[in-house]
Amino acid sequence: MSLATFLIQLLNSVQYGFLLFLVASGLTLIFGIMGIINLAHGAFYMFGAYVVWWLFGYTESLTVSILLGVPLIMVLGFAIERLAIARLYQRDHLYQVLLTYGLILILNECQKIFWGSDFYSVPVPELLAGSIPLTENQVYPVYRVFISIVCMLLAAGMYLLIQKTRLGMTIRAGASNREMVQALGININWVFAIVFSLGAALAGFAGMIGAPISSVYPGMGDQILIISFVVVVIGGIGSIKGAFIGAMLIGLADTFGKVLVPDFASMAVYATMAVILLWRPQGLFGQPVH
Amino acid sequence: MFRTSLYTNLALVAAIIVLATLPPFLGIYYGNLVTRLMILGIFAMSLDLLIGFTGLVSFGHAAFFGLSGYLLGIIMMDTESASLYWVLPACLAGTALASVVIGWFSVRTTGIYFIMITLAFAQMLFFFFNENVALGGSDGLFIFNKPTLAIGSWNPLDLEDHHTFYYVTLVSMVLSYLGLRQLLNAPFGQVIQGIRANENRTRALGFATQRYKLVSFVIAGTLAGFAGFLEAMHTSIISPAHLGWHESGTAMMTVILGGMGTLHGPVFGAFALGYLHDWLQDVTKYPTLYMGIFVIAVVLFLPRGIAGLPADIGRLLRRKSPAETEEEEP
Repeated sequence: MSLATFLIQLLNSVQYGFLLFLVASGLTLIFGIMGIINLAHGAFYMFGAYVVWWLFGYTESLTVSILLGVPLIMVLGFAIERLAIARLYQRDHLYQVLLTYGLILILNECQKIFWGSDFYSVPVPELLAGSIPLTENQVYPVYRVFISIVCMLLAAGMYLLIQKTRLGMTIRAGASNREMVQALGININWVFAIVFSLGAALAGFAGMIGAPISSVYPGMGDQILIISFVVVVIGGIGSIKGAFIGAMLIGLADTFGKVLVPDFASMAVYATMAVILLWRPQGLFGQPVH
Repeated sequence: MFRTSLYTNLALVAAIIVLATLPPFLGIYYGNLVTRLMILGIFAMSLDLLIGFTGLVSFGHAAFFGLSGYLLGIIMMDTESASLYWVLPACLAGTALASVVIGWFSVRTTGIYFIMITLAFAQMLFFFFNENVALGGSDGLFIFNKPTLAIGSWNPLDLEDHHTFYYVTLVSMVLSYLGLRQLLNAPFGQVIQGIRANENRTRALGFATQRYKLVSFVIAGTLAGFAGFLEAMHTSIISPAHLGWHESGTAMMTVILGGMGTLHGPVFGAFALGYLHDWLQDVTKYPTLYMGIFVIAVVLFLPRGIAGLPADIGRLLRRKSPAETEEEEP
């Protein structure tokens, strides 16, 4: 592998890792704070991609479509939290898995009813359509760099939101002691609804911004969901830092797996997980489980 | 002890008699459907051993169901005919080995980690078969010839015959049920039920709970493999979808719908869910949509499944609110 190829693959890993982080961070937040396993999280990613493709048909602009699309996904997330998830807080994980599994069946079928089973593509915006030359015959697309930068900014924004704002303080408090937060007069149900909608919006946004580089197709939500689970388990459930490290590790394992062992690329990801869990069953930054 | 009431026992015997007398009236389509539902019933019982009795919520149980079918497909790939006397043990041994490896990793974790790890392992196997071109990739394998029971020229049972296969499946299901019952009443069964109720106390009593959980995982995996073996023989095809997470999710749904921790409940669940699915495909364009709504309705309104229904109705007649009855659960 030449240095340039290595560099390209490294950039690809980082970019894929950032996208994964957007989805996985929502998943891990929702579990850490609300104690809910949300299998329907991947559906938000898929809906994000489809909504942006659908809006693009009218607006002809990726930016406008994303600006219009994110609130739509947020509303969808809010509605699902209020109508279904809110009834599950006191129930066993088993029932959460099943109910959100039912949600997947419904959301996947809705996608087929609204948009059919075809593959679609969304063009890269003209401003970002160029490439950066690395060597004489190897180039790197600007749009992928752009994705990494946007995701980095979002991750930083999320860090500030959680560490430095009043809402973030409430969220962190809710994660460590739900009853105490309620006793202080904070309506924890609203905090949960906000966290869930934010998580949905993050996953939806990842689907939207990733749409131009991966086509829009049925089942894309299921695929990202399973990978995000792996990320969350590796990082330790509930840990944002863990989700970030986990996403980067999986980005590397997947991208370099495809180059080095093309026949078993998808398995490289799970092998990475198995090795890490052998070493730390609770994940890299998780609390030990009893 | 795992005991069932006299009424339940009578109902179960009646159900078996009905199933045994049905074939002449069913026709080929419904005969095949009932055969498949009985196979799914065995699969669901094996998952109930984990979820309902050991307290291990496995979200990757279909891995063993599909793996065993693939082993059959691989064995039958180059041969005209093979004897069931070695093919079945070979498939079950392979599945058991896989469940030892996966179980060894998985039982080190608990709760949500266990759910996710079993899911991840099942996906790993899914991708292995999905991307393996030699094994048919995403199309899977056809199984053109079934293994036979023939010894020399004497063939006690012709498995190619629909009726014979129906009865073989029925007997397998009844034996699986009785075997699991026996297991649950044995000291081993007492310990795993103790683990479900309170793992720390069971460990304090001096039982190596990890090992018990692993053995339970392997037994459940192997029984699922047996169901997968029957399924592959029955449908003559095995594809990655058989070990995908939708199959695992459906199995979990079957156990909950039937009533977990009742052993016979999941079989009823398999019949109810399978029949519902078949019916929805006839009457609507979007069967999955209604299936999703049904799943959510069961979770919200029928958490103890069909087997818990008589008790629920009884409590309702005694005018207790559902909230109270839920708290009565151990």
